[in-house]
Amino acid sequence: MLVWSRSGRLVLWLLFALIFGVLFLAPLAVILLSSLSDQWNGVLPNGLTTEHYTDVIRGSAWNSVKASLITGFLASALALVSGTWAALSLRLQGHALKRLLGLLFFIPSAVPSVSVGLGLLVAFSHPPLLLNGTVAIVMIAHFVLISAFTFGNVSAGLARLSPDFEQVASSLGARPAYRLWHVTLPLLAPYLVAAFGLSFALSMGELGATVMVYPPGWVTLPVSIFSLTDRGDIFAGAALTMILVAATLVLLLGLERVTARATGS
Amino acid sequence: MSDAIAIRAPMAKVSLGKFWIVPPAALLALLFFYPLALIARQAFLDDSGVANAAEIIRVLHSRFFLNALINTVTISVSATAGCLIVGLVLALILAFVPFPGSGFIARLIDTFMALPTFLVTLAFTFLYGSAGMLNAGLMETFSLPLPPVDFLYSTWGVVLAEVTVYTPFILRPLLAAFSLVDRGQIEAASVLGARPFRIVRQVILPAAIPALIAGGSLCLLLTVNEFGIVLFIGAKGVITLPLLIYGKAIQESAYQIACIIAVINIALSLGLFGLYRFAAGRLGA
Repeated sequence: MLVWSRSGRLVLWLLFALIFGVLFLAPLAVILLSSLSDQWNGVLPNGLTTEHYTDVIRGSAWNSVKASLITGFLASALALVSGTWAALSLRLQGHALKRLLGLLFFIPSAVPSVSVGLGLLVAFSHPPLLLNGTVAIVMIAHFVLISAFTFGNVSAGLARLSPDFEQVASSLGARPAYRLWHVTLPLLAPYLVAAFGLSFALSMGELGATVMVYPPGWVTLPVSIFSLTDRGDIFAGAALTMILVAATLVLLLGLERVTARATGS
Repeated sequence: MSDAIAIRAPMAKVSLGKFWIVPPAALLALLFFYPLALIARQAFLDDSGVANAAEIIRVLHSRFFLNALINTVTISVSATAGCLIVGLVLALILAFVPFPGSGFIARLIDTFMALPTFLVTLAFTFLYGSAGMLNAGLMETFSLPLPPVDFLYSTWGVVLAEVTVYTPFILRPLLAAFSLVDRGQIEAASVLGARPFRIVRQVILPAAIPALIAGGSLCLLLTVNEFGIVLFIGAKGVITLPLLIYGKAIQESAYQIACIIAVINIALSLGLFGLYRFAAGRLGA
């Protein structure tokens, strides 16, 4: 304990509550409140209603939820396979190449998402690789942006893995493929689930690259929310944002429970 | 595929194993590095494939580019400074003056990292917008004719939103660093009569510097690249480099100008990424 006096601690806790309340709690609370409010002209809403939710659900919201979930799932699944593959095969490389390639796999996370979208537009707008205007280009944009995070998570998990299990398996005569499937991957499973959850959450909230490349029929949740608020329909935007937050949190909590059960903790 | 087997296996097998990296690397090259190279190509060459420096120089001297660059740097540096201060205060209290439920609060702030960034901007519209709660409250209380608080649609609105969104990225490495600080040392210093401020300065801060540098450079990178917050605030005077790229490419279909700005933005981001890797590498050592 750094501060011994009771009053000193109380002052610090009040300071914490103030910062936490203003910066983190108030935005979430106010989004929730506005998504439920009838009209809002004063300090507090004039009345409460669930109208905005029924409106957005009756509107195109369901299509957006579907587009976001499918994009998130496919992009995260591909990123998981490719990231795990990269992290595992990187272990077979020499030291210098391992460092260089490891760095290259991280670079997509450093490049602004709008530029990733711009690059895809420039590269895939002409035959033979004509993807502009298709759903595939949205998936690719999301895959590129989240691939570094899955790679990073799996690499970190791999670094923490004790090499003993694998060595015992191979000294008992397990072939590389058998060892990979029955020893390494099961040990990595918690990190794989965590990586998948993080990628999915990032994909659900992705905006910069998506607004560059999305075709008219595939409007993800963030793009939908932006077009609602841009039109001045901020209450419907708030309702759709709450749906996005709820979907993301349910997904993350669900995956956390799966991981907890798998590791037996 | 551990090192143990690699040593025992014949040479031919070792070199075969090295080829496993090819599929994911090729995928990334096609979907990421090839488009990146094309951005650079389109920035430096005109339609007939001839190097064209005139357009680049024109963009670099244009008012819209210089404004966006200045905005991007100002917002990024101010937001990072804000994140460092707020993150340090929150982390110090969470780690050294804990209260019941502080662990839960730390995890709650952590989940903020998974939420979309524009959420905060949307919330700020309701809180600090011209018809928001704060302004409505002040106007009612002091019977003012006009909304008195008017910072949201300026650089400072973006900065405040980014401080909220990116403080968790400072908090996490700081809490990890603080968990390694020897509590006995703090208690000893405090028993010997050192005041809390002095303990923070002489014992805790030195342990936190690597985490502050790593978290700070990550914040600089993320705030330079931030798009959603600036787009949602939608203030005409607050255009940053990513927003300018979006505007030029999608709204004006001026792809070459967009590519020139993208090259500069990417170079800036990669520089900050290098700084972050360097700082994080030293943190790990």
